[in-house]
Amino acid sequence: MHELAICQALIEQVQRVARDNDARRVISVTVSVGPLSGVEPKLLEHAYPLAAAGTVAEHAQLVVETVPVRVRCRTCKAETEAASNRLVCGSCKDWHVDVIAGEEMLLQRVEIETAADPVH
Amino acid sequence: MCRDCGCSLGPAATRAPFAAQPAGKGHVESIEVITAILDENDRVAAHNRTHFDGHGVLAVNLMSSPGSGKTSLLEATIKALQGEIRIAVIEGDLATENDAARIRACGVPAIQITTGNACHLDAQMVHDALHSLPLDGIDVLFVENVGNLVCPASFDLGVHRNLTLLSVPEGDDKPAKYPVMFRAADLALITKIDLLPHIEEFSVERARDSLRQVGFRGDIIELTRRGGPGFEAWLGWLRSEIAARRAAAA
Repeated sequence: MHELAICQALIEQVQRVARDNDARRVISVTVSVGPLSGVEPKLLEHAYPLAAAGTVAEHAQLVVETVPVRVRCRTCKAETEAASNRLVCGSCKDWHVDVIAGEEMLLQRVEIETAADPVH
Repeated sequence: MCRDCGCSLGPAATRAPFAAQPAGKGHVESIEVITAILDENDRVAAHNRTHFDGHGVLAVNLMSSPGSGKTSLLEATIKALQGEIRIAVIEGDLATENDAARIRACGVPAIQITTGNACHLDAQMVHDALHSLPLDGIDVLFVENVGNLVCPASFDLGVHRNLTLLSVPEGDDKPAKYPVMFRAADLALITKIDLLPHIEEFSVERARDSLRQVGFRGDIIELTRRGGPGFEAWLGWLRSEIAARRAAAA
């Protein structure tokens, strides 16, 4: 269950973004995760509130966008989806493929609320 | 301050969190970030790598399930290379100094990292361990990760090579069950092959096929720590990696 350690790293980054942008609070945090990153989205969602407790992101919603595994075939050049334990070309079944998506573990965006405009 | 390399990395720095304020009538902004979630780990890993390179040390991460023979392989390797290659070991376990004690009994320096409940090593833990492990006069540093086929795969430690062990009693379909771990490896070792006559359900061919299906593209060596051609091939791999590292440092 390394998802807690990953959430703690995520919260460090979110706090930095919040600080740099004078946030009062964080509304939502969007991450993208591929199956080949070794991170389980469900476990990430369970671990997130523990890591966020007491921080500017405490009540923020975690949005996990999952990215499917995609491979490009070196033989027939097709780009197809693949299962993480069967990295073969979906078109010609060759295993000489390069992974082009599915390894992501990225913080995409942070939605924040900043202080209201001063009254004129 | 890091004593060995003069870097500014201390033990993992934690900043005081600042709390959220109640929802108000402020502006709502969406900020595009797009950074690797583990970018801090990756930064420390890069620092570790610089540290190894500065000392001309080859650093190798060993990963597998618990009980697949990582420590036994290290013991046999140390004995076989005594007087030829200078070895040091960082041991990772949830608890006990048992593995470090076994390695020290072979006459080489070993640092035990006990992770508590953490299921993996990260770059900062390795960096902290390096503070008590002088790298001068060392040819190869082995990092024996926590026995676990899931979590260690997500954390770059700053090593040059990642090895995954698959022991015969575990079954030949382990790569299909834990694809991320096996795909991350540069070398796969099928260990305890002396048990093959007793475990007929294990097929070396199926294990090799399973490794290829998950995208593993490195060499596969079948061995037992008791010696033989596979064990010699492993020593040969190690010698050539050390030579390549020395050439790169020169």
